[in-house]
Amino acid sequence: MTDRFMLSRRQLLKTSAAGAALGLASAAFPIRRAFAAAATVGFIYVGPKDDYGYNQAHAEGAATLKGIEGITVVEEENVPETVDVQKTMESMINLDGASLIFPTSFGYFDPHMLAMCKKFPDVQFRHCGGMWNKDKHPMNAGSYFGYIGMGQYLNGVVAGHTSKSKKLGFVAAKPIPQVLLNINSFLLGARSVDPTITCQVIFTGEWSLAVKEAEATNALVDQGADVITCHVDSPKVVVETAAGRGAFVCGYHANQSPLAPEKYLTGAEWNWAKVYKMFVDDLVAGTPLPNFTRGGLADGFVKMSPLGPAVGEPARKQFDATLAEMMKGGFAVIKGPLKSNKGVVVATEGQAFPETAIELESMDYLVDGVVGSTA
Amino acid sequence: MDATEIGLWGVPLAILGGAIRVSTPFIFVSLGEAITERSGRINLGLEGTLVFGAMTAYAVAVMTGSPWLGLLAAAFAGLCFGLFHGWICKFPRVNDIAIGIALMLFGSGLAFFFGKPFIKPKAPNLPAIPFGGWSDIPQVQAALDVNVLFLIGAVLSVILWWAFRNTRAGLIVRVVGDSSDAARAMGLNPDTVRLLATGVGGALAGIGGAYLSLYYPGSWTERISSGQGLMAVALVIFARWNPLGCFAAALLFGGAGALGPALQSVGVTQGYYLFYAAPYILTLIIMIATSSPTRSLAGAPGELSITK
Repeated sequence: MTDRFMLSRRQLLKTSAAGAALGLASAAFPIRRAFAAAATVGFIYVGPKDDYGYNQAHAEGAATLKGIEGITVVEEENVPETVDVQKTMESMINLDGASLIFPTSFGYFDPHMLAMCKKFPDVQFRHCGGMWNKDKHPMNAGSYFGYIGMGQYLNGVVAGHTSKSKKLGFVAAKPIPQVLLNINSFLLGARSVDPTITCQVIFTGEWSLAVKEAEATNALVDQGADVITCHVDSPKVVVETAAGRGAFVCGYHANQSPLAPEKYLTGAEWNWAKVYKMFVDDLVAGTPLPNFTRGGLADGFVKMSPLGPAVGEPARKQFDATLAEMMKGGFAVIKGPLKSNKGVVVATEGQAFPETAIELESMDYLVDGVVGSTA
Repeated sequence: MDATEIGLWGVPLAILGGAIRVSTPFIFVSLGEAITERSGRINLGLEGTLVFGAMTAYAVAVMTGSPWLGLLAAAFAGLCFGLFHGWICKFPRVNDIAIGIALMLFGSGLAFFFGKPFIKPKAPNLPAIPFGGWSDIPQVQAALDVNVLFLIGAVLSVILWWAFRNTRAGLIVRVVGDSSDAARAMGLNPDTVRLLATGVGGALAGIGGAYLSLYYPGSWTERISSGQGLMAVALVIFARWNPLGCFAAALLFGGAGALGPALQSVGVTQGYYLFYAAPYILTLIIMIATSSPTRSLAGAPGELSITK
């Protein structure tokens, strides 16, 4: 009950303050009214926004909005996936007047963002990931994501050509569908070059654990893996450790080639600038924002790092050909006949799951050739 | 790169390599805390000092191009944090544990604030001495690349162990830690001794931080420590305030931490969360096995606020 009282009191304060501000603004601050289309967009990151990884990719996208007339960008980094993120959202809405908020991390969605959606029905929330469901969740919420598995497939193609030991390594955070799809895509890309290639995966259990990621990378190299990639929030440690041990690396989230210019082959990067621009254009134009946004390489949601100096001619050729194929749309990484590494058939002969297939968003297996387990 | 198959040998090798690579920050922080606690004070802020040391070392190494200057700067920053803690705790009715928690948050926050511009640039690393030259297996060579700080830590733990027993300074620290009244009767000022002991402890924790950012994992990010400073403080109790015990416990934790990734890399992939919990389960077992309802913690300094 106390809670409810607190809420209503806060709401009351907010409403009266807003009313007073409105009265004042029209009388004393005519300048503020000059921006008819003015809008504030909030971005919330779970880690530092220059982590060479997930958060940096989002922050780079947010940075491109800063030049747009009438748009104010507010950001907060290092926000834990706890009730803290609710406070951040409240302050962005109440103090900065944000009308569109992007809580970018997986764990922000339930229950934090959903609670805010209910409390502020006039504010739009868009969450990065695959959690929003139109039957279950409010309509001022939504989700956006990119088909970055395609990028990991291309990483795999280059890795397959570059590997001499025919063993690849993958440092993964948690066995959730998006991560599993990336691991599977990386291996299948490599197997399109040589069907005997295997990929060893190590799960660290957390999105960001610098020392454990370094240990995992060392363990993979010790076991003979000579091309390493990863799905953790900040690939910086993995890239530097692998390159330090003489292994090649494929990047993820953002371009890490400055960290290991000689050993960096290519990388699957987000291009959130494109996505955020789409949302903000809709916001400025006053059209309703889409609730379910997905896109891949062809839509410009995902891009590849430029190929590194160690990439040979055959790899370059197949990379370009595969990329061209993907740009046409409908390319399927998971296609039959395909078994999981436990021997279960996951796709029968003739069955194919293109990137848009919704089944891929609930993936719970590792394909044949991946050494590792989801639990 | 030579792709020698080493198979299951990878596990003991990874534990050995991990013990050497991962343990160094634990060694320095726990030795520093051992000195502080032996003088009768607890500095829980060493996690913050570790992070601030990591940032300082990286920043100075980037700006000057010398990792050694970075190391010195980290030690100096750690010294300042330690002295600050010691100075505040000198006042009557100040709780050292509460100050420690405040300094832990303060140190991390300050490090994040000053560290922002140094996430991108690359700093030169501290050198390692290759002890694996006798082997032609690249994995063994990699595991035996031993950083000089690890060796310094090992030597330091022996020196401290000896000094606590046999030197005047060691005995002064111990008497202050065991009984302030006895120390005062001897004409010693407990506050000054504790101030210096906390300062030295902070400096060692700063060096531990420098190892994190300048050698392994070898870059400055805000998530570099993931609680290692706190673990190291706990290790001191685990090691019964004995510097040699601190060294052994740090090695144990380093090696146990490497177990999870190493087992996964050889194909033992079920239940990796359980393997990651191995160091903590081990701690629990040892704590329970050595606990007793009839006597207090063996070796605990008498003036420590947790044992008083």
